[in-house]
Amino acid sequence: MTLGLTHFLVLSTLLFCLGLFAMLTRRNAVAILMGVELMLNAANINLVAFNKYVAPGALNGQVFALVVITLAACEAGVGLALVMSAYRNLETVHVDEINVMKW
Amino acid sequence: MRELAWLIPVLPLVACALIFAFGPRLPGRGAYVAIAGIGLAALLSIGIFVEGLGGAKAHELNVRWVPYGQTALDLGLRVDNLTTVMLLVVTIVGSMIFVYSVGYMHDDPRFSRFFAYLSLFAASMLLLVLANNLLFLYAGWELVGLCSYLLIGFYFEKPSAARASMKAFVTTRVGDLFMFLGILLVFFTLGTFRFEEIFAKVHAGALEGMMVGGLPLLTVVAVLLFGGAIGKSAQVPLHTWLPDAMEGPTPVSALIHAATMVAAGVYMVARTYLLFFESPGHGALTVVAWIGAVTALMAATIAVVQDDIKRVLAYSTISQLGYMMLGLGMLGYAAGMFHLMTHAFFKALLFLGAGSVIHAMHTNDIKAMGGLARAMPSTYWTFLIGTLALAGVPPFAGFWSKDEILLEAFHHHRGLYAMALAAAFLTAFYMFRVIFYTFAGTTRSHHAHPHESPAVMTRPLWVLAVFSAGIGLVGAPFLGNPFHHYLHFEGLKAPAFSWGVALAGVGASGAGIAAAAAVYHWKVVPSGALRRAAGPLFTLVAHKYYFDELYAAAVVRPTLAVARALRTFDVYVIDLIVNLFGFAGLGLARLYRVFDLYVVDGAVNLLGWIAQTAGGVLRYVQTGRAQNYLLAIALGVIVLLAAGLFR
Repeated sequence: MTLGLTHFLVLSTLLFCLGLFAMLTRRNAVAILMGVELMLNAANINLVAFNKYVAPGALNGQVFALVVITLAACEAGVGLALVMSAYRNLETVHVDEINVMKW
Repeated sequence: MRELAWLIPVLPLVACALIFAFGPRLPGRGAYVAIAGIGLAALLSIGIFVEGLGGAKAHELNVRWVPYGQTALDLGLRVDNLTTVMLLVVTIVGSMIFVYSVGYMHDDPRFSRFFAYLSLFAASMLLLVLANNLLFLYAGWELVGLCSYLLIGFYFEKPSAARASMKAFVTTRVGDLFMFLGILLVFFTLGTFRFEEIFAKVHAGALEGMMVGGLPLLTVVAVLLFGGAIGKSAQVPLHTWLPDAMEGPTPVSALIHAATMVAAGVYMVARTYLLFFESPGHGALTVVAWIGAVTALMAATIAVVQDDIKRVLAYSTISQLGYMMLGLGMLGYAAGMFHLMTHAFFKALLFLGAGSVIHAMHTNDIKAMGGLARAMPSTYWTFLIGTLALAGVPPFAGFWSKDEILLEAFHHHRGLYAMALAAAFLTAFYMFRVIFYTFAGTTRSHHAHPHESPAVMTRPLWVLAVFSAGIGLVGAPFLGNPFHHYLHFEGLKAPAFSWGVALAGVGASGAGIAAAAAVYHWKVVPSGALRRAAGPLFTLVAHKYYFDELYAAAVVRPTLAVARALRTFDVYVIDLIVNLFGFAGLGLARLYRVFDLYVVDGAVNLLGWIAQTAGGVLRYVQTGRAQNYLLAIALGVIVLLAAGLFR
């Protein structure tokens, strides 16, 4: 059995669903950020896989994946800063307790 | 010079406007502006008069005003010899009275307004004099009536003054109605208002043979016009307003109710003299003469029993105006105008003198005065000159003009002559009665401290005294009677001077003076005994021949009764209808209120309730948890994807 595009896509789908599940169910903000990382990486797998199997001569997909990794780093930085700030102000990182948006 | 005549009424008008606009901020609180206005007008008038002496032609100025159809109404001025005489009288006497008023009105809180009114009056009077058509003359005529109303009621917080101004206005309006009818009659028969055209057409016989109600049209027109003069010049039977008009400030009495406005009636008759003259058989002139003679005699008798110094002068004015009318009616065109001129000077002088006395004594009652000759020499001497002029003592002004009227009357109607002579006797009598009561003897009022008036008041007195003494010489027969040469009516020739008539006139005056002296100075016959001897005659005269009572019963009370009846009708019928409408409106409004409360407000509240309830339900969707929202987004994406796949 050779490794095909479908395998990669299934992997990335599983990874994305795991990330989404983590985002929707975890109460801890840090865990939610980790879920986001999972989803971003699922997208990266997709990009690289499509680059390899659909347009092997091009580098676009791989470069785009690098950009996404950079973006993810930035996002993690900002996200963790937000969590820190929320913790300092509200003394919790549980998103169900951070309900200042509700009237 | 005559081209500038339009400036004469405009100058006081400008002064009036300035005083109304800026009032007390002007130099002399507006008085100087007013004096400048009338003074300049006086200078212009003198210039025009001097030019007239040189034989300048009559000048007309016409400005198209309201064109309609074939014809048009013109604003027009006419300067001829008659006009110049009136201009001189009005502006010179006016200037003196303006100056005098500065002193007399000095402490009045409405000082500026007084001068504004005076200026407005001067402008209106000059307009009246300068008008070259009946319409314009009528406008001036009504304007002076308005000014008279305003100035009689100048102390309007005094009910008697307010009543007097109303009485003057309404009474003169009765005469004006007739005058207006006359003017309309002229216009509808001749198609023009302009004097020149009217005279030309009448002269050419345009109205000859035309009849109105069995009377010659021309006579009817002239008598209707004379109706205006009866009102304005206070002739019997519309004379009752003038004595009451004395409620106004004394300078006003001098200017309006002695020298100028009341003479406007005489001037108007002289201005339209041709209409009177051409009326068949001099019918209109006969009416004028009789009314004049009756007025002259009746007013003179009333003046004898008056105790208010201004009222004596008022009745004297009525009497002298009657004289002027008599003169005009007896074909004495120049004589009437001559008397108008001399009378303006000496009667203004007498009123101003009376004002000076009132200023010093704070009373009008001659019986409370006495002995003022020592305290007020200037006032005394000038008043005496005025009195001599009015009484007709030669060589003072009144003698010459009165003599001419007597002469005309003597030549045309002996009965009227006798009445005029009797009036001359009474005139001398009542004037010297005033002199003896006021200036002779000792003062009868103990708390009065009479003092001479300031120079601003006495100087005009002296100027007018000089005129009163000397102006008559312009009509002196032995000087060739220059006045007659200057002012005469075509086709009329004055009768020659007669020593007999002159001596009779002087004799009547002398007798009047002697009688007054006998009764009031030497007290040969005490006045109380005289009063008792006259009995019912005295009562009749003291009640002014019951004219006021008659009018009260015949006109005023019926009018008031009708007004009251109409008021009752108003209150119970008209108000009822109005109130019904009001109640109907109120009922409808109540109905609308219910509709508003339960239907309109209900709908509005329902909308509000729906919005609130919907919001209350939907607010549970907003959990405030980002994860819930994210779940919704994810589910939405899945649904959309599914919809895309299985389309």
